[in-house]
Amino acid sequence: MSSMKDAREATFIGRRTDGTRIRRPLSPHLQVYDMVQITSGLSVLNRATGIAWTVGSAFLVWWLMAAASGPQALAKAQWFFSSFLGILVLAGMTAVAWFHTFAGIRHLMWDAGHGFDLPSTWKTGKAVMVATGVATVLTWLIALISW
Amino acid sequence: MATFTLPKNSTIGTGQTYRAEAGAKNVKSFKIYRFDPDTGENPRYDTYELDLDKCGPMVLDALIKIKNEVDTTLTFRRSCREGICGSCAMNIDGMNTLACLKPIEEVAKKDVRITPLPHMPVVKDLVPDLSHIYAQLRSVEPWLQSDTAPPPDEERRQSKEERAKLDGLWECILCFCCSTACPSYWWNGDRYLGPAVLLQAYRWIADSRDEATGKRLDNLEDPFRLYRCHTIMNCAATCPKGLNPAAAIGKIKQMMVERQG
Repeated sequence: MSSMKDAREATFIGRRTDGTRIRRPLSPHLQVYDMVQITSGLSVLNRATGIAWTVGSAFLVWWLMAAASGPQALAKAQWFFSSFLGILVLAGMTAVAWFHTFAGIRHLMWDAGHGFDLPSTWKTGKAVMVATGVATVLTWLIALISW
Repeated sequence: MATFTLPKNSTIGTGQTYRAEAGAKNVKSFKIYRFDPDTGENPRYDTYELDLDKCGPMVLDALIKIKNEVDTTLTFRRSCREGICGSCAMNIDGMNTLACLKPIEEVAKKDVRITPLPHMPVVKDLVPDLSHIYAQLRSVEPWLQSDTAPPPDEERRQSKEERAKLDGLWECILCFCCSTACPSYWWNGDRYLGPAVLLQAYRWIADSRDEATGKRLDNLEDPFRLYRCHTIMNCAATCPKGLNPAAAIGKIKQMMVERQG
């Protein structure tokens, strides 16, 4: 292994009263920290939706490839996407995409130097969640009406 | 790499329960993280029941009462008991704060759970090893640097506006509640400087009397040291002094872009 070791390693070497060495424990982090705050909670969701969207785009590639390779393959893909599971996946991906988009706008706002104070952070965080819900429902209403 | 679980030697067992004295009416239990290097055993939670009618209002009052009257082996740092020294920083009820500024009655849960600052090496009980974070603080050279000599028989002058830029920065007491509340610092703290140290870096970047701004920014221009901040905002949410390290880090990032022209 040539990988660089964590510089913090040295601080884990402790001594007992008699001078013998002991490896110090790591204090609990995720195990005790309040992670369902608007701050870290939405950050975790932003990561998770980013990963989910990446995985979800595989479905889009599948559909496009099916559409390109002929009516039989397309019929297969269409059958999946109109099944219960398929619709569940699509609905999930819609919510995921909207969340990641709105959270991304919130991040752009921070990068431009706005909204760092805590009241704004909580307000924009709640706005992202409400907007995700509204946009997802609207998307599906429009989709179902025009279907 | 981020490891979400605790290492084998760090999982927490259940220890003893110290009951409140008979006849106590206003009882609250304190579930406290204990680790004794001499036994070599894994950390554990000991539970101490206290009669709040005979205890001061703050969590630090409870800790001191336990150490004085119940269990003298309980180890924690404390000094000023008024939120200015930063010694009694610890995790109380899921958030980092100063034990001396945290009223016991703010904890609605049955147990007041107290653990050391998160994701740090534990020396004993509630005492973490801070030497790495102190070394990181030194790396940003948190002192005034100027090639210009100060005016003779006079201090270096600042306008009121220049001085106002330091508000929200100079108040930091280096308790490191923020850095140890930051998931980015948990996973990448070996190279990421963390909110407390970056706020200190900005405190000198923002100082009109300091002439080393370019050098300071060069030192921070690094994928890890500065840019592991992903604006999670746990730092600002937990700061017992009400400061906003995330905003300071945001300003450093903006200066990085602006100086590229």
